[in-house]
Amino acid sequence: MNSYRVLNSRVARVDAVEKVVGKAVYTDDMVVSGMLYGAILHSPVAHARILSIDTSLAKALPGVKAVLTHADTGHVKFGVSPARYDETIFCEDKVRYVGDEVAAVAATDPGTAMKALDLIKVVYEPLPILLDGLRAMEPGAPKVHERFHRNICQEVHWHFGDVDAARAQADFVRTDSLSSKMQDGAFLEPQSALAQYDHNGYLTLYSSTQTTHYVHRTLAMVLDIPLHKVRVVKPYVGGGFGPKAACSSMELITALLAMKTGRPVKITFDREQVFLHSRARHQFFHKMTTGIRRDGTISFLEHHCIMDGGAYSSFGIASVYYAGSLLGGPYRLANMKYDGYRVFTNKPVSGAQRGHGAVIARALFEVQLDRLAEEIGMDPLELRLKNVMETGDTTCNELDMSSLGMRECLEAVRERTGWNSRRTKGSSHKADGHGMGVAAGFFVSGAGYPIYRSRTHHCTVEIKVAEVGGGVTVRSGAAEIGQGSDTMLAMITAEVLGIPMEDVKVLSGDSDLSVDLGAYSSRTTLMTGHATRQAAMDARKQILEVLAEKTGIPLDALDIRDGFVHVQGSQMDFASIRKEYLGEHRGFPTQPHGDLLTFAEASRLAFLERGSIIGKGSYRPPPLGGSFKGAAVGTSPAFGCSAQVAELNVDMETGQIHMERITGAHDCGFAINRTQVEAQMQGAMSMGLGEALMEEVKYDDQGRILNANLAEYKIPTAMDMPPLESIIVESHEPNGPFGAKEVGEGAIMPTIPAVLNALYDATGAMVTELPLTPERVLRAIKKARGETSRGDGDTREQV
Amino acid sequence: MKHDIQVTINGTSHQLAVPANRTLLELLRDDLRLTGTNKGCEAGDCGACTVLLDGDPVPSCLVLAVQADGCDVLTIEGLASGNRLHPIQQAFVDTGAVQCGYCTPGMILVSLALLRKNPHPDEAEIRGALSGNLCRCTGYQKIVQAVQAAAKEMP
Repeated sequence: MNSYRVLNSRVARVDAVEKVVGKAVYTDDMVVSGMLYGAILHSPVAHARILSIDTSLAKALPGVKAVLTHADTGHVKFGVSPARYDETIFCEDKVRYVGDEVAAVAATDPGTAMKALDLIKVVYEPLPILLDGLRAMEPGAPKVHERFHRNICQEVHWHFGDVDAARAQADFVRTDSLSSKMQDGAFLEPQSALAQYDHNGYLTLYSSTQTTHYVHRTLAMVLDIPLHKVRVVKPYVGGGFGPKAACSSMELITALLAMKTGRPVKITFDREQVFLHSRARHQFFHKMTTGIRRDGTISFLEHHCIMDGGAYSSFGIASVYYAGSLLGGPYRLANMKYDGYRVFTNKPVSGAQRGHGAVIARALFEVQLDRLAEEIGMDPLELRLKNVMETGDTTCNELDMSSLGMRECLEAVRERTGWNSRRTKGSSHKADGHGMGVAAGFFVSGAGYPIYRSRTHHCTVEIKVAEVGGGVTVRSGAAEIGQGSDTMLAMITAEVLGIPMEDVKVLSGDSDLSVDLGAYSSRTTLMTGHATRQAAMDARKQILEVLAEKTGIPLDALDIRDGFVHVQGSQMDFASIRKEYLGEHRGFPTQPHGDLLTFAEASRLAFLERGSIIGKGSYRPPPLGGSFKGAAVGTSPAFGCSAQVAELNVDMETGQIHMERITGAHDCGFAINRTQVEAQMQGAMSMGLGEALMEEVKYDDQGRILNANLAEYKIPTAMDMPPLESIIVESHEPNGPFGAKEVGEGAIMPTIPAVLNALYDATGAMVTELPLTPERVLRAIKKARGETSRGDGDTREQV
Repeated sequence: MKHDIQVTINGTSHQLAVPANRTLLELLRDDLRLTGTNKGCEAGDCGACTVLLDGDPVPSCLVLAVQADGCDVLTIEGLASGNRLHPIQQAFVDTGAVQCGYCTPGMILVSLALLRKNPHPDEAEIRGALSGNLCRCTGYQKIVQAVQAAAKEMP
């Protein structure tokens, strides 16, 4: 047990009531006086030169206030990483995917805006289309961008240790491959933005973003507005999961329309546009060769990866590094070689999604460990325990495991599932359709560096003590997107200041409030949590200093708990303080009473003596990472880790998988809010299960999405999800506030491989292409039985 | 051309003139500013815009406003009594069934329809009732638990 009063509890979220009564405001809920409705014309073709754009008819339509094309912009390129700025607000010379932005309108109502789009005439000259990521680097493949040779957006070549020497020493070596399909974020709230531009040249953009900070910078850069005149506000956001973590053309278009018309403009995506904009999980093609010694020691990993990135870079330059770097742990692995390629195709753009870049790589490696365990006759969970890293270990690519409860996570799921007694098959497959599979993984707890090169603080927090006394306001740029960050800020503030949660007000998600890089890379609890703790300690100190001066009691004898000032060892004479407070509040029905000074009196006194009391906090990670190229990607002040056991039944006649249960254990360092840690784990499992079993964005041969809707693009429903068990492991991270680190993304790492390993346990079948549709499962079952079925030859070789 | 309709929304009767192609979702969100009913797909796939029409859950994006003529509509704004939450709302708060909150109003209203018809549902019945409402945040576990908890609290 710990002595915390608020932390580590199951206190309700600060935004829960607003959300259950329907009062939480999301961007599309906003309507302002004089507001116009914007709409975007997307390219209907995957690859073509733009010969002409005629907007005259659209401009003549009554109710249309602006029609914009690239001719109306400053032609400034943007993207995620400054090293790969390759997007413009509108296409200039050519379109590169079905959905590329060509023009936009603003009109007095949505219907007129849609009519105006129909009146814009664009003449295209078709170009050869590249849709297959595996063909992108081949000679003669259509070129998506002139400046990128062989359509390579980014390639990575790493060699840590000595793979060739380790191969010679390994007793068992095997090669496997696994590919996936492009995933969609499938957050419930489509992107929306509302822009206002005032007469003094100040731009305000309300947007359903995860990263007000990067949207702020990109708006200022592309629209050439001084940074201090741009404000980005994030109302409540209906889920992000990564795809909302960068500035989009839609946000820029909304702002530009507001600037051109002088009126507020709102654009909200429909569901098809969410799919077209995408920026979700890449399609991966992995091939791995792993060797182990007879005693189960992992010798080496040789890893080849091609990622289909679609038409622009987005986060891809980082994704391809993550795909390699996050196999450095959580097992001791001295020798690792990685060749990764992120390529362009004429498809919607892939970016970052929960478990950025690393999920499918993790899946294949964990599958290989199971097969190798089988070859040496070792239990796969034992094999993992034998190789697991411990707190204090460093990976071959120089990631510092400053805390790592990986062993505890594996042991927890082993015990909870009764693994040792229930998983008895080993190598002798009964293939009865019932199976259990285990897997593990780890993830960063905040990226070690910002996306652009800078010494910037990654976040700042101010805690303003109410001048009237009694409460505080936390002012932070952090992005509450459903993960619970506002509640985390309130809990830390209440704990440190010693006041009840209900006296803490959180203002967040506004670039005018503070610098905060946003909700990505599982960074907010560790980083903004640190800054909040610091700010709360600062505010507390200022209040107690005034009290010490006024009463003569030493500072270190004063404490605030549960909203009252406590004095160690002696009594405090605060009669004059109370008298002054009561004098100020004649006529107020509620007055402080009793023999303890209230926080309201103490904080009011501090204001009277010193003026405004503002506690300040900030966080910036220490310099991290090795000296090799790309060493910065994957660095983090801390790493969370996770183990899961999946249990399932497979219908051996149809290949249909029925999930029975997933049991997960996650090391979050220290659970600020136990309920929310479980909630993140369960959400991660469901996204992982969706990717494992059903999620796939499908294209026709012209690069058009066939299932850009939530009926045909399947995500798990309440009936698809099995019961989920979530076990919290706390390793007390030295670099985290109160020992806390991430949970949002690490918890997705084991889900897909746990399912794949359970499927093998159930059927003896290995599927090398996700998702696990009944057709793919059935083919694999037949192959494992030595049967051939029609169409087997159609499955293409990967890599 | 507009059509005159009479519809009771959250206990208040409204006389409205609506175009034939106006959806109930648009009527609620755009005309009456009841924005607790969320727009997720406009195709009846996600359930975020669920309201109760004469007690039955419907995706309001697939119901024309004229179809609600003479009907009783309950949206999420009509569930709490002043500051007192309905037991289902309270259960969603207490169990941590709320994350981003976008699916929450629809989830609560389908849960209400379920519990009115079946006050003691088993887990499979709860999951079946929720299956037309997508959630990307929770994995449904805590939502199912919230409905179970509410079933115990409801009179």
